[in-house]
Amino acid sequence: MKLYEYMAKELLGKNGIPVPRGEVAGSTAEAKEKTEEMDTPVALKSQVLSGGRGKAGGIKFAESSEEISEAAEELLDMKIKGYKVDTILIEEKLQIDQELYLSIAIDAVNKKPVVIASKEGGVDIEEVPEDKIVKRHVDPKWGVEPYISREIVDELDLDQIVSKQVTKIMKKIYDLFKNYDAELVEINPLVVSGEKVVAADAKINIDEDALFRHSDLPKISDKTALEKKVEEMGLSFVELEGDIAIMANGAGMAMATLDVIDYFGGSAANFLDAGGGASVKLTKQALEVLLSTNPNAVLINIFGGITRCDDVANALIQVKNETGIPVPLVIRLMGTNDEKGVEMLQENGIKAYRMMDEAAKKVVELAKGHKEGGKKGKKGADVDGNSG
Amino acid sequence: MAILVNADTRLCIQGITGHQGSFHRGQMKDYGTKIVAGVSPGKGGKEVEGVPVFNTVAKAREKTACNASIIFVPAPFCKDAAFEAIDAGIELVVIISEHIPVQDAMEVMAFARERGSTVVGPNTFGVITPGQCKVGIMPNRYYRPGEVGVVARSGTLSYQIVGDMTLNGIGQSTVVGLGGDRVVGCEFIDMLELFEQEPNTRAIVMIGEIGGTREEEAARYIKEKMKKPVFAYIAGKSSPPGKRMGHAGAIIEGNKGTFESKVTALGEAGVQVAEMPWQLIDMLKKEL
Repeated sequence: MKLYEYMAKELLGKNGIPVPRGEVAGSTAEAKEKTEEMDTPVALKSQVLSGGRGKAGGIKFAESSEEISEAAEELLDMKIKGYKVDTILIEEKLQIDQELYLSIAIDAVNKKPVVIASKEGGVDIEEVPEDKIVKRHVDPKWGVEPYISREIVDELDLDQIVSKQVTKIMKKIYDLFKNYDAELVEINPLVVSGEKVVAADAKINIDEDALFRHSDLPKISDKTALEKKVEEMGLSFVELEGDIAIMANGAGMAMATLDVIDYFGGSAANFLDAGGGASVKLTKQALEVLLSTNPNAVLINIFGGITRCDDVANALIQVKNETGIPVPLVIRLMGTNDEKGVEMLQENGIKAYRMMDEAAKKVVELAKGHKEGGKKGKKGADVDGNSG
Repeated sequence: MAILVNADTRLCIQGITGHQGSFHRGQMKDYGTKIVAGVSPGKGGKEVEGVPVFNTVAKAREKTACNASIIFVPAPFCKDAAFEAIDAGIELVVIISEHIPVQDAMEVMAFARERGSTVVGPNTFGVITPGQCKVGIMPNRYYRPGEVGVVARSGTLSYQIVGDMTLNGIGQSTVVGLGGDRVVGCEFIDMLELFEQEPNTRAIVMIGEIGGTREEEAARYIKEKMKKPVFAYIAGKSSPPGKRMGHAGAIIEGNKGTFESKVTALGEAGVQVAEMPWQLIDMLKKEL
């Protein structure tokens, strides 16, 4: 779970890491009111959960109270990468003498936290040459002992006053990383401003699986409304750009299904991972979600391990009888009780395949037919190969 | 012959009285796994279908000499359960539970490393040596003894591919699920090393996916150390960057963990990469 910049900075501040003085506003009037006692110039930063907001015009500067109002109004009217700007952060503009990079992330292969630091901050860390980056793994049992931070700043070759402050900050952000179950704490840039070192921008990602330990943290989601709804049902759903809705069981299976669709020249509108042992009721709800996205066709790809194919068949038949299925639907069923499931579907006029490639090829063909049929003004059900 | 589990494996089930634990106890028993103990705090002294239940893993190990454990406890209590198993001296700990906090997972792996235990998972379907022993939740009927080692990041996709192998007469020495989480106990490299040394394994199938750098690390290892042929399929070619594709580990961040980088690295290491899952079968038929 990503935190907004202002929340990340609040956490940093609470944990003893210097951040610029700032105010949060949700309207132009609020921006005006809250900045009355602030010195100018100020920076106004749109609060969205995507990167690259500077390049998208989401950061502005202002010299006077009038300019603050104008900039606030413009920002609060913006959409950045699909995210509407609801909140802005207004901060004192820092004098920048040097920009550093500092983060703590998880190295999955080594199974340890890793401190990443560089003298070249302010840009994407992937643009900094390898030899300018210091990486130091941390034993999760001991954390960042002071000598570890000393070793890192020694590598960075910073001046003495700055070194001392960076050493302290490193220890503090590690503790924050650990205590708040973060997956990432990134300060970029960490700005040297005169004699002070200040976190000018910050990203904190909290592990969603650990939120049960942090009732004090807000629950923030960058999911779409539909993705949220499905999440509440306990299933996993991702919206994509194509026109074939997909239900599969298991994440790997879902990804492979997208690849197979792509291989035969189609493209997925979304995918829904029905999980290991979804019930009839849940399968029914899942199918209703898929139909609500108005796809040109639906593919259900089930390899039943724990999932019982007759349960899946039963759910499909219920949806067909109760609400109807307005678009072509292709089902692939293999695994536990598949013979029974296929038989049930056939009795109800729904064709099921056993092989994934056959089913994928068929759904791509039907989706194209449905789309063209739609253009000619035909109703969806007329070209539904499975409705008979 | 096999890796990780075989006919001599003596299994303990942590969470044996829970919903998942009791269902899969039955499935594993049907497969022929020697289940010697169950652990369920507060229920020590009872029996579940002839399996003695203990309050602690230490007691279970003392009384039954169990050497492997499978964990079916809710995520918030998983770190504790895994520590308990490792501290009791269990050699192989398989964690089925999903949604374990990543910091907990890192601590478990550090402790396992210190004590020399092997952890498979979390968020895995487990390990199976066909015909001998199943420590996991995979469907019983798709496996057959043979000479191909399989290591996968995802459950159903591996059932699909192994099922296809079995239908085509290609058996498996051992099938291992690494788990879908960011931090897991075993990596492709660890399993490749074991399969390379295992005399009955003639070829290895890797089932990977986008996200992380596990496959790239494996490619480096294969290039330097492996003599046995390796085949791979990587899921997620058509998945967009920045979206978490169902698995916590399956997300492309920046330019890391892409389909292309994995396929290129594996190709350079001499691995034959199948574009579609079913193509693995033809490749294996030619090899065996």
